[in-house]
Amino acid sequence: MEQPAVNDQPRVHQRTTRTIAKPHVMEEWVGKVFTTLCVTVLVVTIAAIVYFVASHGLATFITDGVSLSGLLSGLKWDPEGDIPLYGALPFIFGSFSTSLLAAIIAAPLGVCAAVFMTQIMPGLGKRVLQPVIELLAGIPSVVFGFVGLSIVVPFLRSVFPGQGIGIAAGAIVLSFMILPTITTIATDALSNLQRGLKEGSFALGATRWQTIYRIVIPTTLPSLLTGVVLGMSRAFGEALAVQMVIGNAPHIPHSLFESASTLTSVITLDMGNTITGSTHNNALWSLALILLAMTFIFVFIVRFLERRNNR
Amino acid sequence: MSAKTADRIATAVIVAVSGLIVILLAGLLGYILFRGLPNISFHFLTSGPQTIKAGGGIGPQLFNSLFLLVLTLIITIPVGLGAGIYMSQYAKPGRVTDSIRLIVEVLSSFPSIVVGLFGLLVIVNIFGLGFSLFSGALALTVFNLPLMVRITEQAMNGVAREQKEASLALGLSRWKTITSVMLPIAMPAIVTGTILAAGRVFGEAAALLFTAGMSSPRLDFTNWNPLSPFSPLNPFRPAETLAVHIWKINSEGLAPDATQIAAGASAVLIIMVLIFNFSARWFGRYLHRKFTATK
Repeated sequence: MEQPAVNDQPRVHQRTTRTIAKPHVMEEWVGKVFTTLCVTVLVVTIAAIVYFVASHGLATFITDGVSLSGLLSGLKWDPEGDIPLYGALPFIFGSFSTSLLAAIIAAPLGVCAAVFMTQIMPGLGKRVLQPVIELLAGIPSVVFGFVGLSIVVPFLRSVFPGQGIGIAAGAIVLSFMILPTITTIATDALSNLQRGLKEGSFALGATRWQTIYRIVIPTTLPSLLTGVVLGMSRAFGEALAVQMVIGNAPHIPHSLFESASTLTSVITLDMGNTITGSTHNNALWSLALILLAMTFIFVFIVRFLERRNNR
Repeated sequence: MSAKTADRIATAVIVAVSGLIVILLAGLLGYILFRGLPNISFHFLTSGPQTIKAGGGIGPQLFNSLFLLVLTLIITIPVGLGAGIYMSQYAKPGRVTDSIRLIVEVLSSFPSIVVGLFGLLVIVNIFGLGFSLFSGALALTVFNLPLMVRITEQAMNGVAREQKEASLALGLSRWKTITSVMLPIAMPAIVTGTILAAGRVFGEAAALLFTAGMSSPRLDFTNWNPLSPFSPLNPFRPAETLAVHIWKINSEGLAPDATQIAAGASAVLIIMVLIFNFSARWFGRYLHRKFTATK
């Protein structure tokens, strides 16, 4: 890890606080305690979330005797059957395939938009494209779900065989939702690029496109990937928009246009119908634990990429 | 193919893709407004929902959304400001600060449904608050806090160092410097960020399904006693927000005009979000003019 910069936060402050009059010391103390308390609230909250999700999620394996490999690789989810089955592979598959597909759709679009805004027409990009992307970021997920149900699903139904609902519909809706994330981060990365690199390339007689794909994209690749991973992480955790268009059938679909489920959609649908402490309920918490674990993995991938970028 | 032709083709492709994004979003907004606006009327905005009959409105849901937003901001703003100020001014560079920063990052990328589950278990059941506006506000606080912390931290870091040092040199304490000198300068950025975050809170539904509940009691808008279970002002009653309502009628709506209601409610939601967006920009610029004497 790189050494943090020590030069700001001048040392002088400590000396002044020691010599100032008493009410000021009190004031300083109040401020310090208040802000520290606020940070403590934050830390306690995350600790509590991890603790409670983990304790309920692990109870499935410890007290209810469901095997971990059975949950991760089981193909059949039937918690209310005579022999309850807790195979979550279809949901895990659904979550990964929708978010991956969404990233595959959104990444080229987002990078194109960022290149447009920084390299090709910065003026028009700032005035038109950037506000458009920011607006897109503000649209609530249920509205995306509603639009998905009323445009994307009927469209897929008319073009491809099947009902229209399924992984493809989910991925299209999600790609819209993560486009702003990818674009914003890519734009930041591209505009922070050292001027010299680009100018050097132009000076050697390279065209703009050669400069973009030989110089600009390779240098900023870790940052671009950061955006894609963050977008995927958002797609992975999105619940309602996906649940509305994916169809919610608990099995691995044979095509992209067949009803499927994700981790979030099954939690959304089943949580209200189970009793706290029952095996079914705990199994849902295990799914939430998988979501949580994936969040951590995504954050660590992002950190890894950022560190590579800073080097 | 010569390099020049490749350059022209690539430029054309990039411009076309960017144009496509703009057209798609314009189409999206246009579609929502075009489908929704004909359904919006005074009656629709003020009357209660119907379960099986046509002609239901979204009055209580709209009120709940706004009330919940206010409650959430009342909790989030002081805590978020405090934590953000800590991160930018008090935290010493080192292992502890790094891990707090990691925590904020992790918390901001938690799936909202997991936050909702946590709310169901801890706030609703263990704290015994039940499905209520207050539980919903706490869950949304968890969801909104990291954003607020980041906004404050960035805004405070953006304050010129000379200004801070001048204040300290005059003998003001650090806290006084922060509240009286730095905070006013950082205010435009904080306000803009807060309003944008508020727009996000307004449309959030997954975290509220299991905390604020999916039903609303019959509200009596003439009853202003906050302790009565039928008063709209009571923060301890279950409350279905607009976003949750859209989800519910899309997935299990029985009313014959469910699609129209969903379209109308989506349009209302989008209009509210647009208002948040534009007011954030406008208000930020206004404050900036007011505080910094720039024209």
